[in-house]
Amino acid sequence: MKFSDGQLERYSRQIILKEVGVKGQEKFLKAKVLIIGTGGLGAPAAMYLAAAGVGTVGLVDCDKVELSNLQRQIIHSTGDVGKPKVVSGQETIWDLNPEVEVVTYQEWVSAANIADIVKDRNYDFIIDATDNFPAKFLINDACVLMSRPFSHAGIIRFQGQTMTYVPGQGPCYRCVFVTPPPPDAVPTCRQAGVLGVMGGIIGTIQAAEALKYILGTGELLTGRLLTFDASTMNFRQITLARRATCQVCGDCPTISELIDHEQAVCGQK
Amino acid sequence: MHIMVNGKEVELSQSVSIRQLIVSQEVATPEYVTVQLNEEFVSAAELDGTLLNDGDVVEFLYFMGGGQAKS
Repeated sequence: MKFSDGQLERYSRQIILKEVGVKGQEKFLKAKVLIIGTGGLGAPAAMYLAAAGVGTVGLVDCDKVELSNLQRQIIHSTGDVGKPKVVSGQETIWDLNPEVEVVTYQEWVSAANIADIVKDRNYDFIIDATDNFPAKFLINDACVLMSRPFSHAGIIRFQGQTMTYVPGQGPCYRCVFVTPPPPDAVPTCRQAGVLGVMGGIIGTIQAAEALKYILGTGELLTGRLLTFDASTMNFRQITLARRATCQVCGDCPTISELIDHEQAVCGQK
Repeated sequence: MHIMVNGKEVELSQSVSIRQLIVSQEVATPEYVTVQLNEEFVSAAELDGTLLNDGDVVEFLYFMGGGQAKS
């Protein structure tokens, strides 16, 4: 692959890294990352991946930008209120790096569409930047069944957590959390609040995991849950075991097709 | 005896079950917490019968949503 002068200049600070180089930059330009949710986590993840030159970025979100999003969802601006989030995200990415192909899916992921979305551009890596557990379990199950790597993350108040699933290399999200909690059984950001920077810190870690996976360098958060508490600034890593009885990746899996768990309905606000 | 709970040392005057630890540690949403003992998952059915020993490492893992976009 031949780089233009503009590309060499734009990506110079990472091309000089021995772990990246021109070969790594080529990998970024050819890579396809799907980001499900363009909110607190997805906003920084999408922007850093686009800045790094990831060639194709898919954005999935059915929502429109609201004023209450802007405290943390930095891909959207005041003038974007009312606009579909995927459109606002696409415009921000193109301002940042017009070379990136941004594919927008203005819908919620469901058992009916997630496989088609993942296959649409044959995405290499998926980022779960969603806010609810039915979606998180759906993304996990889809990635396990379709053998795709993904990064899970969650944030609330001053806390965040993230882990990475790579097929055949350790536990999946369902190994750890088994089944979604009933609706409203555990607090959400909407009810409990979240410090805006949590999405920036944890979503940026998700982007770092995607970039490392694309490069094939370093150690991913496979078999490890990284937790962060901004109130004490403590990062912790918890070693996670695979669960032999896991319903989707265990020794005798019982989930062989995708299911929708009980959830809030699109537009119900 | 001493055990580690989410990275912090906890002193116990006697051996207690994981269920009792969940109560004494005032774990939030106790029905929905994932428990690891010495890097092995403990199922909900085992919480009453699993007694803690000196030096055990317990992790309570919590559901965390956040981000954006309903599914």
